[in-house]
Amino acid sequence: MRRHIFAALAAVALVSGCASTTPEVEEEEEVVVSAVEVEEVEPQEEEAFVQEAKDRVFFGFDKSNLTADAVAVLKNQAEWLKANPETTVVIEGHTDDRGTRDYNLALGERRAVAVKNYLISQGVDADRIQVISYGKERPAVVGANEAAWSQNRRAVTVVKD
Amino acid sequence: MAKWGKMKKIFLLMLFLIVSTPVCAELSIDITGAHSAPMATGLPVFTFTSPKAKDFAEKMTKVIQSDLESSGLFGVIDQLAYLQKFKGIEDAPSFVDWQAINAEALIQGHVDYLNDRQIRVSFRLWDVFAAQELYSATLEVDTNGWRRVAHMIADSIYKRITGEEGYFDTRIVYIAETGSPLNRKKRLAIMDQDGENHKFLTDGENLVLTPRFSPNMQQITYLSYYNDTPRVYLFDIETGKQQIVGDFPGMTFAPRFSPDGHKLIMSMANNGNTDIFEMNLDTRAVKQLTRSAAIETSPCYSPDGKKIVFNSDRSGAQQLYIMDADGKNVKRISFGKGRYATPVWSPRGDYIAFTKMAGGKFYIGVMFPDGKGERLVAEGYLVEAPTWSPNGRILMYFRQDAPNYRGIPGKTRIYAVDITGYNERRLITPVDASDPAWSPLLSNR
Repeated sequence: MRRHIFAALAAVALVSGCASTTPEVEEEEEVVVSAVEVEEVEPQEEEAFVQEAKDRVFFGFDKSNLTADAVAVLKNQAEWLKANPETTVVIEGHTDDRGTRDYNLALGERRAVAVKNYLISQGVDADRIQVISYGKERPAVVGANEAAWSQNRRAVTVVKD
Repeated sequence: MAKWGKMKKIFLLMLFLIVSTPVCAELSIDITGAHSAPMATGLPVFTFTSPKAKDFAEKMTKVIQSDLESSGLFGVIDQLAYLQKFKGIEDAPSFVDWQAINAEALIQGHVDYLNDRQIRVSFRLWDVFAAQELYSATLEVDTNGWRRVAHMIADSIYKRITGEEGYFDTRIVYIAETGSPLNRKKRLAIMDQDGENHKFLTDGENLVLTPRFSPNMQQITYLSYYNDTPRVYLFDIETGKQQIVGDFPGMTFAPRFSPDGHKLIMSMANNGNTDIFEMNLDTRAVKQLTRSAAIETSPCYSPDGKKIVFNSDRSGAQQLYIMDADGKNVKRISFGKGRYATPVWSPRGDYIAFTKMAGGKFYIGVMFPDGKGERLVAEGYLVEAPTWSPNGRILMYFRQDAPNYRGIPGKTRIYAVDITGYNERRLITPVDASDPAWSPLLSNR
């Protein structure tokens, strides 16, 4: 029983934390909840990237086209990447949980490729960009409402090296 | 025999009644309601000749009872009510004693302990009102195999009474889920159809999804994120060895074996487009089957291997399509409101099960291969991934409850339901569970 209460409290802590988009908070909360693995300290480039250019864009339901907001974010990402030519990125495509697993894997790939193609169109070398789809496997937040789903329908640009 | 014929007729009539009971309005199906009385069955603990046989007799009777009752078709009468106590398998039933407690069927069994490694199990199935033996068998088996033999006995009883193949001697491969919903740990796991003999097959180091059995039950095909490179893999059940399938430029996923086990069918996503590919496992030759700019995924062969059902969003939203196994003659079959996904052809060929999304909810349903006769059998915030019992009478799927208002995630669990929409029941798993796949009947492979 005590364990159940603890689990419930932990889950509350997790959820209250993960509504925030700052990665530092997410990381801290993950340690509290699962203690599965302490994430490695992020490389400096990635921190700089997240601060100087937003790392993610959002999509409409079952959509993979870039919105005006997304284009604005990606323009900044492209500028940052051109200014830091030694970096490479992986674009992670994600979906909300309102679709089936297989289809969402495909949809996540479509979203990641949409971002990749835009960055290439802005002059970023295609060889520096990899894509991966997680479908609905790695949500940013947990919730059964549009506010949560809209944060999960995303493509996140993650800087490597 | 004639009288049994009558009893069978009554039983079939009962089945027919179940089937023809109006399943209410399509969207408000009663998936919890009991529908008709299960067949009252006498099942005394199997008799035995020695203390060592006693243990097996008790364990096996329990497994048989649990199998039969889980089907929803049999109700075992409380043993305290039994008037006759059997001394052995040759002891004839006193039918009036069983009629007095309204038993319709009677199962009588006996276990002999032969040696350290072998037992002999005999059983007889009786029609109580006709006072007639319906079936009997004697099996000499390895003591380690007692549980499977109990399932096989339950299968013979199910088959003799319903006229359909049983499904108790089967296994389930699925995805065991633990940890934070933001970074879920997923492992391949396998268990008997009733949840026993549970075993984790992978350690959770890599994200794994959508496992499916090969027809001979020696392999599992699934998606693994090994090396952050999502690809289709084969897992050898005997050796535990994992092997990547092919050398594809993009993500491969949604794999399934062909009915003859010689081919895999799957999707590949590359450059923002997902199509369906077939790989010959003997020659490793790859063939592209669909060529549209749409997402085409979740392919599944018909039981004769001649057709493929899949879902595509080429019309603007996900719908179900059927094509020939070579990719020709694509034809849309679903036209209802909402989106349709994960079609799975019944092993009998008569139905296609699917996941449907409409009005903010998910449903599991069945339709005929021509798209007609749609019927929904389960609903929820998220129900997904139907898989058929080998006799095509039961669907298993997973259900994920909605996160609550504080964002605490709901449970993810495996359920089974008769295709009539009745007798929904949860499979007990040690941790959360998703993506179930039902094996063929082990004794038939």
